[in-house]
Amino acid sequence: MAIELIRAVDVNWIAFIVLFPFLGFLFNGLGYLVFRERFPRWLSNWSACLTIAASFIFAAIGLYVISQEPEDVYYVQKVFTWLSVGDFRADFGFIFDHLSAIMCLVVTLVGLLIHIYATGYMGHDPGYARFFTYMNLFMFMMLILVLADNIVLLFVGWEGVGLCSYLLIGFWYEDWEKARAGLKAFIVNRIGDFGFLLGIFTLFLFLHTVELVPMKSWIAEHSGQFGHLTVLGVKVATLAGIFLFIGACGKSAQIPLYVWLPDAMAGPTPVSALIHAATMVTAGVYMIGRMSFVYVHSPVALAVVAVIGALTALYAGTIGLTQKDIKRVLAYSTISQLGYMFLAMGTMAFASGIFHLFTHAFFKALLFLGAGSVIVAYHHKEQDITNMGGLSRYLPWTHRTVLIAFLAIIGIPPFAGFWSKDEILFRAFASSNQVLHKYHLNLLLWAIAVTAALVTAIYMTRWMILTFWGSSRTDEETRHHLQESPNSMIIPLGFLAAGSLLAGFLGVPAFFGGSNWFEHFLEPAFAAVPPAEITGILNEEFMELVLVLMSVAAAALGLLIATAAYFDKLFPAEKPGLADRIADKVKPLYQLSYNKYYVDEIYDYTIVQPTLRGSYYFLFRFFDVMIIDGFVNGLAALSAFTGRLLRRFQNGIVSNYLFFFVAGVVLIIFYMGAVGPTGGWAITLKALLKNLLSQIKNLR
Amino acid sequence: MIVGPQHFLVLSAVLFGIGLLGVLVRRNAVIILMSIELMLNSGNMALVAFARYWGNLTGQIFAFLVMVVAACEVAVGLAIILALFRNKDTVDVDKINIMKW
Repeated sequence: MAIELIRAVDVNWIAFIVLFPFLGFLFNGLGYLVFRERFPRWLSNWSACLTIAASFIFAAIGLYVISQEPEDVYYVQKVFTWLSVGDFRADFGFIFDHLSAIMCLVVTLVGLLIHIYATGYMGHDPGYARFFTYMNLFMFMMLILVLADNIVLLFVGWEGVGLCSYLLIGFWYEDWEKARAGLKAFIVNRIGDFGFLLGIFTLFLFLHTVELVPMKSWIAEHSGQFGHLTVLGVKVATLAGIFLFIGACGKSAQIPLYVWLPDAMAGPTPVSALIHAATMVTAGVYMIGRMSFVYVHSPVALAVVAVIGALTALYAGTIGLTQKDIKRVLAYSTISQLGYMFLAMGTMAFASGIFHLFTHAFFKALLFLGAGSVIVAYHHKEQDITNMGGLSRYLPWTHRTVLIAFLAIIGIPPFAGFWSKDEILFRAFASSNQVLHKYHLNLLLWAIAVTAALVTAIYMTRWMILTFWGSSRTDEETRHHLQESPNSMIIPLGFLAAGSLLAGFLGVPAFFGGSNWFEHFLEPAFAAVPPAEITGILNEEFMELVLVLMSVAAAALGLLIATAAYFDKLFPAEKPGLADRIADKVKPLYQLSYNKYYVDEIYDYTIVQPTLRGSYYFLFRFFDVMIIDGFVNGLAALSAFTGRLLRRFQNGIVSNYLFFFVAGVVLIIFYMGAVGPTGGWAITLKALLKNLLSQIKNLR
Repeated sequence: MIVGPQHFLVLSAVLFGIGLLGVLVRRNAVIILMSIELMLNSGNMALVAFARYWGNLTGQIFAFLVMVVAACEVAVGLAIILALFRNKDTVDVDKINIMKW
């Protein structure tokens, strides 16, 4: 592994990508502050969308420019020195390398489409300008996150998107449930962020820098040394890797911190699509890719990432099987797909993880926006898919576009999801991670991931059948009012559908005769890893073919199972369908899945309630009321008490005052005499008199 | 017997003591005011005695200053006593106990 001489080129255009959404934020924010609901909608529309469009143009040009350069070139821009204390230094600076380029493109492109969609979706909301204020702020923070050239600035973006997520989940804050969901997201993320901070501290403690480029080159130059750096018997790389991954677990909704994401669906649907599917929740994946040069030194941390990712992929999928809310199914699906991305990261297939992030951004945003279109058709009154059905007749364009996303997510070739998911499955199987090899986890992870793919196909088919296909279960009155959404919503759907169809072709692996452009493009951004290989009995080509067939078979099987199970919904029958009968047969299992494995209840019982009670009874009722307030009130009571005693002396008789005055003077004289440097007061007085007399005698 | 500073000082101390006693034990506000004058003047006497003893004029200047203060004090004090007398028909300090909480 040669130490690559990376060439950083100073440029001055990176800041513009970040600047435009910030201007949009200021404009809309000030507009809303001054004019409130009277701020004209067309101004909000144009300022919000045009700023994102400008960012997108800069990002796209940047991507083009960097792809024309030799592959070891990337761009940097230092805007100003932000923090400089001792040997700690963090700039407000940006790095535009291949990874940031891809992320910027995803964020600005999907962001732009969703902003346009939102002008239709939020059309009748009184908080229109406020919505776009938050959205633009989110874009600003997200771009800071992906462009930051040091982890501290990255953390600023990380927290900033968390804040916007909170603000937007609780956008309709008059509804207590929704405000609560925002709080939950914020608080659960705090736990992860604590881990993230510990990770930053660990890295700074041992590497003495928070800037990514010096950090990366130091590790590249001292890779042997860094690999053996330990603290308390744990490798520093493992420690930092796991701490950072805890942060990623919070932000990217992995076990055990995933519970906030399903509740986050309380926010407006464009928010769910942008923040809780396409961009913010993938920040954890991006961060691991960004810190890949640390992770490659710790097979243990990578194994943890891979195992948590695979488990989350399957686990969230099984919950998705029984959910009834149109957006909740998609939320669990997002958690599951994020699990895939982490599985890829953990098996050192960094480019595959980012590739899945890339394709997922398109098809999951599309699914959410499609769901939003359905919700608009129902005038925000119905989100239960068991009451829908047959919507393909009423919303033809929504159906057509969502169908593409559906095929993409379950992994039917040649749609985008197939290429990225298949790549991950293959890389999991062939991973060169020593720890995974040692415990033969490769095969297990692969099996879990394939099962998760099967489950994905089942719940997504169920979602499609219950929402769009078969006959309508909506009452006559509501059905009468169902109509296709306005063009401002349908056109972004079309673009995203094109993305879901075509994005996968950027990363067609060599096996299918492609060049895997995506992976080669990203290669310079990641730490070098030993190539994946199948150390098996059979030849590699054949294994790869088998793996591809297995993953397609899993998707097809899932599709068939779900179709069979919900056949009665497609063609109404007298007796209850297979799905209902299965649910009846294994009622406990069904209940377990429907109630999300009671994890919310368990957390509530073991963590939330004890914390609340402890806060109320100990911190509030005991410590705050008795210790803090007790001390302050005690001081007041003490001075009142002494005051009540002392005012007895002030009886209004002047002679008494005089007496105390004279007594005081006498006491002072006595005291000074008693403790004076020459001894007791009598002696002092005597000495004084003697001295005086002798002086007088001498004068004579 | 030569009259030295110690005689003046003793006289000053005695006068001061008489004045202090008067302030403490008399009840008539006018007498108290006079006793205060006595104390101030005993102080003046000590100042002048020391000034002469050291051959230094500072003490005498101070005595002048004290006289000025004493004059002011008498002016204010008598005004207060007059005001009190008009309101309370008495100058007995034990009967005037309005200066309290």
